[in-house]
Amino acid sequence: MLIASPLGESEMNYSCSRYELKCNDCGKRFGNQPLSACPDCLAPLEVAYDLDAVRGIFTRENIAAGPPSIWRYAALLPIPDGFQPDLPVGFTPLIHAKNLGKRIGASNLYVKNDAVCFPTLSFKDRVVSVALANARRFGFETVGCSSTGNLANSVAAQAARLGIKACILVPSDLEPAKILNTQVYGARLVRIDGNYDHVNRLCTQIADEYTWGFVNVNLRPYYAEGSKTVGYEIAEKLGWRLPDNVVVPMAGGSLIRKIRKAFQELIYLGLVEEKHVRFFGAQATGCSPISIAVKQGTEDIQPQKPNTIARSLAIGNPADGPAAAKMIRDSGGWAEDVSDVEVVSGMQELAETEGIFTETAGGVTTAVTARLYADGRISRDEITVACITGNGLKTTDALAGHYAEERAIRPRLADFGAYLEELDGTREPELAVAGADHAN
Amino acid sequence: MPIKVVLPTAFTRHTDGRKQFDSAAENLPGLLADIDKTFPALSTQIKDDDGKLRRFINIYVNDEDIRFLGGETYAFQDGDEVMLIPSIAGGI
Repeated sequence: MLIASPLGESEMNYSCSRYELKCNDCGKRFGNQPLSACPDCLAPLEVAYDLDAVRGIFTRENIAAGPPSIWRYAALLPIPDGFQPDLPVGFTPLIHAKNLGKRIGASNLYVKNDAVCFPTLSFKDRVVSVALANARRFGFETVGCSSTGNLANSVAAQAARLGIKACILVPSDLEPAKILNTQVYGARLVRIDGNYDHVNRLCTQIADEYTWGFVNVNLRPYYAEGSKTVGYEIAEKLGWRLPDNVVVPMAGGSLIRKIRKAFQELIYLGLVEEKHVRFFGAQATGCSPISIAVKQGTEDIQPQKPNTIARSLAIGNPADGPAAAKMIRDSGGWAEDVSDVEVVSGMQELAETEGIFTETAGGVTTAVTARLYADGRISRDEITVACITGNGLKTTDALAGHYAEERAIRPRLADFGAYLEELDGTREPELAVAGADHAN
Repeated sequence: MPIKVVLPTAFTRHTDGRKQFDSAAENLPGLLADIDKTFPALSTQIKDDDGKLRRFINIYVNDEDIRFLGGETYAFQDGDEVMLIPSIAGGI
């Protein structure tokens, strides 16, 4: 039975002086309710804040005194009063990628490493934690999502922690690790015979019929706000300054816009100096509707049928695509797309140079970043942040066949030396030096 | 044989609560003209000031986005189920 109307004519409302839903197209405001699109003009809703109300609260000092997680930025997140977050989500490393930089001609390249985000090793942990805080406030007993994998993992894990039932819908061809990493938390997982866009459409219909909180449907405005924390963290970890460029993977086109929103909020509140940041989008060629729109100078997104190993980016009909394409162009940035071969090379390159094992989406970001430097779109000395959003342990199938399974050798030193020589030509002197060091 | 048009709950305030209706339209422009006539308030909601379908609306024929079928040139087949769904976000 439907007790929550998508039009908001229900008890599922709450008011908050800090934030509320607003239509970016027509400007109408809706308080707080599980609602994703403007009932009048159908445009996606966003969370609007009274920034001046948090001016004395959202300060460098208060943030520094907060927990080492996204909750240090809670004053600018849509978290209902009374919700006490207890998962240390986010606040992932921002590393100076000197080795990768040397390889691709960059001296000020940084990697935002959400491959180690807590609790499920992707940036989706950020958005889900904010969405579920609202799901609980609205009283949903069941939450769900359509997912290309990482979101499924995060909803399943965090719903388990909060004691909320979860039902997850995924494309049937999802990587086995992402399916297992959803089922293990006890969530109901439904594989759909279709691509992500089919799954997403079905979820829209389910959210219309059932009293469920779908994090990326009727909870989407709240969910998407969690992405801002990537931007806050980049600025804070750079010493409260903004980078020159940000390279962001794109599927639906949401994250890249939310990082910009975070930067704008920080500028407005005086936490960072005003700076014109250029935004660069990264897609796989096999699913590149936003990249193509940017290259063609249009906001008109032509949907595609995805065909890429970067499944977490395989959204052929991105709802935030038009806005993302416009924002990228307006910022003076660009978008690029890379082949699946380059995606794998990108994964390997980041692992070999910086010790970061990212999933296919991270391979996309790394390969696109390298191309942007090679093409001269980003200059060597500019401060550039590449956003790595997921962990390679979830997409090991992408590397199948790239590393041979070596034969076993007997546990004898002579065999070891001979094997090394056979393997990569390592000769006796290297082993001898190692022995001498040990003796000293 | 008519096609079946399926609407989300958000649109039913303009259709006397009906979530689906039959139409004899032969293609998408024909369907929009049919909606103009039958449910003028709905027509106002799904079209912009220029009379074009709002970009936030996706139209599916059975399981397929109509844009993959030829868009406005696609000729509806007997028994087609045509869904109007506001676009939603997902992914990164």
